[in-house]
Amino acid sequence: MNATGPGSIRLRGRAWRFGDDVDTDQIIPARYAIYSLDERRLGEHAMEGVPGVGPGWAQRVRPGDVIVAGSNFGCGSSREIAPIAIRGAGIACVVAASFARIFFRNAINLGYPIVQSPAAAAAVEEGDEVEVDLEAGVVRDLTTGREHPAEPFPPFMTELMRTGGLVPWVRRRLEERRQGVG
Amino acid sequence: MGMTMSEKILARASGRERVRPGDLVLARIDFAMGHDLTIPPAGRIMREEMGADRVWDPERVAVVQDHFQPAKDAASAALGRLTREFAREMGVSWYFEVGQGGICHTVLPERGLVLPGELVVGADSHSCTYGALNCFATGIGSTDLACVLALGELWFRVPESLKLVYHHRLGPWVEAKDLILHVIGLLGVDGARYRAMEHTGEALGWIDMEGRLTMANMAIEAGAKNAIMACDEVTEAYLRGRARRPYTPVRSDPDAGYERVIEVDAERVPITLARPMSPADTAPIDAVAGTRLDQVFIGSCTNSRIGDLRRAARVLEGRRVAPWVRLIVTPSSHEVALQAEREGLIRVFLEAGAAWTTATCGACLGGHQGVLGEGEVCLSTTNRNFPGRMGDPGALVYLASPVVAAASAVAGEIVHPAEVVGEPVSA
Repeated sequence: MNATGPGSIRLRGRAWRFGDDVDTDQIIPARYAIYSLDERRLGEHAMEGVPGVGPGWAQRVRPGDVIVAGSNFGCGSSREIAPIAIRGAGIACVVAASFARIFFRNAINLGYPIVQSPAAAAAVEEGDEVEVDLEAGVVRDLTTGREHPAEPFPPFMTELMRTGGLVPWVRRRLEERRQGVG
Repeated sequence: MGMTMSEKILARASGRERVRPGDLVLARIDFAMGHDLTIPPAGRIMREEMGADRVWDPERVAVVQDHFQPAKDAASAALGRLTREFAREMGVSWYFEVGQGGICHTVLPERGLVLPGELVVGADSHSCTYGALNCFATGIGSTDLACVLALGELWFRVPESLKLVYHHRLGPWVEAKDLILHVIGLLGVDGARYRAMEHTGEALGWIDMEGRLTMANMAIEAGAKNAIMACDEVTEAYLRGRARRPYTPVRSDPDAGYERVIEVDAERVPITLARPMSPADTAPIDAVAGTRLDQVFIGSCTNSRIGDLRRAARVLEGRRVAPWVRLIVTPSSHEVALQAEREGLIRVFLEAGAAWTTATCGACLGGHQGVLGEGEVCLSTTNRNFPGRMGDPGALVYLASPVVAAASAVAGEIVHPAEVVGEPVSA
């Protein structure tokens, strides 16, 4: 993640396109759940369950690339290895028309950037160079020169995503309890 | 405006008078569950990253060995060991070892661990199952579970509610599974995304607790956050002698707000299957009858409780599985297996030529004991048939009720059960 000035977080990379209802078993087939504690290894198999994609996809990803998908991305299981595998593959951000709720929660809790933008999902094409501006809430397609608005998340979720997810939040809360203020 | 059952539970758990859809709340958890795929990461995050050295309340935590257990390979054995060590070191009260529990979503209700009015989370997407018992129950990830284990609380966005009203009564051969598949077909796989699905209506009164668990189980296949049903005589009868804690049921207020109300005439719901590759691609049985099958699987947290096995056994009694077809029967818990043994059901399955396995998630998620190869066609009583769910992405999976599964195993192709048995069977 490269910060370009105060309060501005921009991610830039090539777009990899996926359709609607990409479920967690396609993102990371259940047989790789045995590698639950190994992000790099999960990353090697990311998206290989998508019909027509297959093994080897992650090896073509350049760190910083972006997934742009349709609606209900990440439906299916609650396995947190779905966003972890995507992160492990080097994908900097997932843009989708909409997210399934557990994938959404898991990404927020991990502090992993996700962006809901039906406009970008409709317009961005495979291989386009895109810039995701998390602060401004826009997805810029640098190949076509078009700018697509992202839908804002509630402030608490944006804050969790910005501050590294649920882990630091729980650490603070435990600390408060130890000091008897929680 | 009044509140729905779901809103009342979230309000109580977050110490508020009332909540509204869209509110973000920090709520106290009444019960939490994790299994052999989700406890190892959650335990690590809780201890190493969050810095907690014990779980908030060992009496309110269940740990279940079910997904890849009995260990299917060395890596699964390592996950099983981490799961076991975590439960032991944390002094978790409700630990279910291989051979003593079964699939988490069958075990927790049958042991009386999830109760009306409670807020329950499980690190598994089908944790919505428990809502059949009038609790707010939802699936969470491993970081979520770590947070719950450390603090006993978690953030939630209060969901909008969809109300489903089922009129009249299901017809002969038509089960809770057909009804929920029908509903998912109406809604689509994201038709209830982020929403609470409240099941109501006269037809529900005729559906037993097992059928209700089947219906609540599949809420996630429409994208829902939870499913919930009122506590009635059926619920109370199920909980008698089973409930581990006192409980307070909740009811939706007459003027509660719903985003949408969907009326379904249960009487007109046909035997319904989901076609590959989506639980929402539903069809009445006539549209798919005659489809040749390689494998039939009766199992999972959706449809492998004792009543499901009884009905399947009635169909199979005195009959044989068709040549070149394999039928795999996986009971959903150790208790279910014991009861099936007492009633002689296991003998019926074995004599019919079925493979009977120990209680595990097994083939449902393409784990073990029935993984599908490329191009194979399977009819399954499970909940999900996205590409690759049960093995190779090129395998084709149809979802159906246990009765349709048993009859189709005999016929070797998808068939209306009446063609195999004549009279409708009941549990």
